[in-house]
Amino acid sequence: MAHTIALAGNPNSGKTSLFNELTGSTQYVGNWPGVTVEKKEGHLKHDKRYLIVDLPGIYSLSPYTLEEVVTRDYLLDGRPDLIIDVVDSTNLERNLYLTTQLIETGIPVVIALNMMDITEKRGDVIDVLALSHSLGCPVVPTSAVTRDGLKELVRVALQMIEKAQSVAKTATFSKPVEYALGKIGAFLEGSVPPETLRWYAIKLFERDGKVLARLNLGETRLQEIETIILQVESETDDASEGLVTNDRYEYLSAITMRTHRQAKKKGNLSASDRIDRVVTNRWLALPLFFLLMWGIYYIAIQSVGDLFIGWIEWLFVDLIGANVALGLSMIGTSPWLTGLVVDGIIAGVGSVLTFVPQMMILFFFLSLMEDCGYMARVAFIMDRIFRKFGLSGKSFIPMLIGTGCSVPAIMASRTIENQRDRRMTVMLTPFIPCGAKLPVFALLVGAFFPNSAWIASSMYLVGIIAVILSGIVLKKTKAFAGDPAPFVMELPAYHMPRMKGVFIHMWERGKQFIKKAGTIIAVASAAIWILQSTSWSFQLVETQQSILASLGRLIAPLFVPLGFGTWEVAVATITGLLAKETIVATFGIVLGLGNVAEGDPNLLASIGTFFTPVSAYAFMVFTLFAAPCAAAIGATRREMQSARWTWAAILFQTGIAYAAALLVYQIGSLIF
Amino acid sequence: MTLSEVRPGSVVMVRKVGGEGPTMRRIMDMGITKGCAVTIRKVAPLGDPIEVTVRGYELTLRKSDASNIVVDAE
Repeated sequence: MAHTIALAGNPNSGKTSLFNELTGSTQYVGNWPGVTVEKKEGHLKHDKRYLIVDLPGIYSLSPYTLEEVVTRDYLLDGRPDLIIDVVDSTNLERNLYLTTQLIETGIPVVIALNMMDITEKRGDVIDVLALSHSLGCPVVPTSAVTRDGLKELVRVALQMIEKAQSVAKTATFSKPVEYALGKIGAFLEGSVPPETLRWYAIKLFERDGKVLARLNLGETRLQEIETIILQVESETDDASEGLVTNDRYEYLSAITMRTHRQAKKKGNLSASDRIDRVVTNRWLALPLFFLLMWGIYYIAIQSVGDLFIGWIEWLFVDLIGANVALGLSMIGTSPWLTGLVVDGIIAGVGSVLTFVPQMMILFFFLSLMEDCGYMARVAFIMDRIFRKFGLSGKSFIPMLIGTGCSVPAIMASRTIENQRDRRMTVMLTPFIPCGAKLPVFALLVGAFFPNSAWIASSMYLVGIIAVILSGIVLKKTKAFAGDPAPFVMELPAYHMPRMKGVFIHMWERGKQFIKKAGTIIAVASAAIWILQSTSWSFQLVETQQSILASLGRLIAPLFVPLGFGTWEVAVATITGLLAKETIVATFGIVLGLGNVAEGDPNLLASIGTFFTPVSAYAFMVFTLFAAPCAAAIGATRREMQSARWTWAAILFQTGIAYAAALLVYQIGSLIF
Repeated sequence: MTLSEVRPGSVVMVRKVGGEGPTMRRIMDMGITKGCAVTIRKVAPLGDPIEVTVRGYELTLRKSDASNIVVDAE
């Protein structure tokens, strides 16, 4: 029979490393139903009968954060056979705080006392036997890094599953609280499974809204319970929720006092403290941060990443594209099918996959930053600025990456814990001009503002202003309103990142994107190619007579108030949905110049038929804000985990684009 | 005195954690509870948030939240 083992623990407890070690390469990444919290599962190495579920890293089982609620619900409804609780032995007291709550769920618990190598190096001593005795559950010292104790952990875990019964001791609270828990427990008898009785009693005493809603106790019972709580609260002059938390830590202090002996501090600072003295120094923190960001940007987007882009383009266009075309013509395929496969699908998927190397390099650095502990410092340094716009301190990273490509930028928002901040970041990141929009700007600046290089740079300013204003405005809307998420965050000690973990992390993120390019984007590319190359009677025609052109004529009137109401420009906005650089190519095609680059003199000369300087600027603004390319929309969909939110983002972005371009054109026309 | 007013480098004792709902619970969940010692380490380069040591680890919180934590000088 299959058994389920849940892996629980604090963030930074080494839980993910342990999960990687226990499951090897059999992981499956998904999402918890209905929420954007990542769910990882995998089978125990060498034994497929045991499924390991990696729960989100959490500090408590309160009803207030998504991750904690997901974990609670899973433990109570999913009833795994065992919880392996990963405890950071260098931070015993706070880690055991979660342990006491896990024990209360009535599920058998085995403690993996992790990072023992570091604890030993520090000279701290933990009496494992005494700790195990105090908590009533097995404690296995481990180190996911050196792999010490992992075999023993698995052995003990499987043994516990055989027993199938929790023997752990629950935390004892102060007298008044215990009195109340006894009373509430008596009310609950019979209505909840006996092993979860204490859990429910504590939650009711804490006035946990989610548990109250789940139990459906009836008015009179609730009244009686409330009376008991009020009695204890007036007696102790403290809120019930705070009482439980206080008592839990008191209980743990007593245990750690008995079992944990810390080495005498040698007077000088720890390595982590020394790093922090520089990295979060008053004067050095910001310059160092910007230098690091520039370095990552330079490597991922400019130098190494750019090199790979050329290589992938060559791979898809010259190698795969050309050879497939040759092969298809040799077996006598009709030209339209060759066109569809080569110019539509292969070129489309290729143009999207060109971003993969940049993305992988970025993800590598992001994983590195997260893993070594610097990411938390980024939030610490930047929080002050970004929270003013309703964003998180960590939003800076997606925005910066967005200057290269929105796709990895949107995916980088993963590192933002708070769902509201994350959604807002995903929505606003495409406002930062990405690399693919630059050729469009270059073309129009070259044609209309040849002596004003600042016009192109002004796009960055316009983008940043839009992010700030949108943040301030969106924060006031219903979807983003409400209390600011508490910013109470651990600054984990720095440690050497584990390359294996970093690479797994990087690959997981990149893989999702490649999959998407292979499916949705292939279909979208094919669809646009067909629209662009065939007439309504499905005859192969020039773009001018295509379905796309007639669609362009249909929507062109919409753009008249913006100053560019011709069907050619309308078509360019549609093909721009596939990839923004396609806009330039589309202009070339509709002008009968073929596939030309933005610097082509003929294109520069002929583009004047579509625009005036003012409407050209309006079009640049429109391109900057309008719904991003298919790949970025795909990434948005992935990060939002909701079709509704994705549509909201697209409509918001396009709405802003329309409004901003309208303003530019109408006001600009009055002035110039 | 509240935690937001304490100078970096000093050690204080928590007397009461005020505020309500998620933020209060979160602060207490992270180990800032009545009677525990907190060391104020530093203020972020832009003046907010602050960094403290509590129960042997580093924690950061905004001044607005820290102002709900009543402390005594130790």
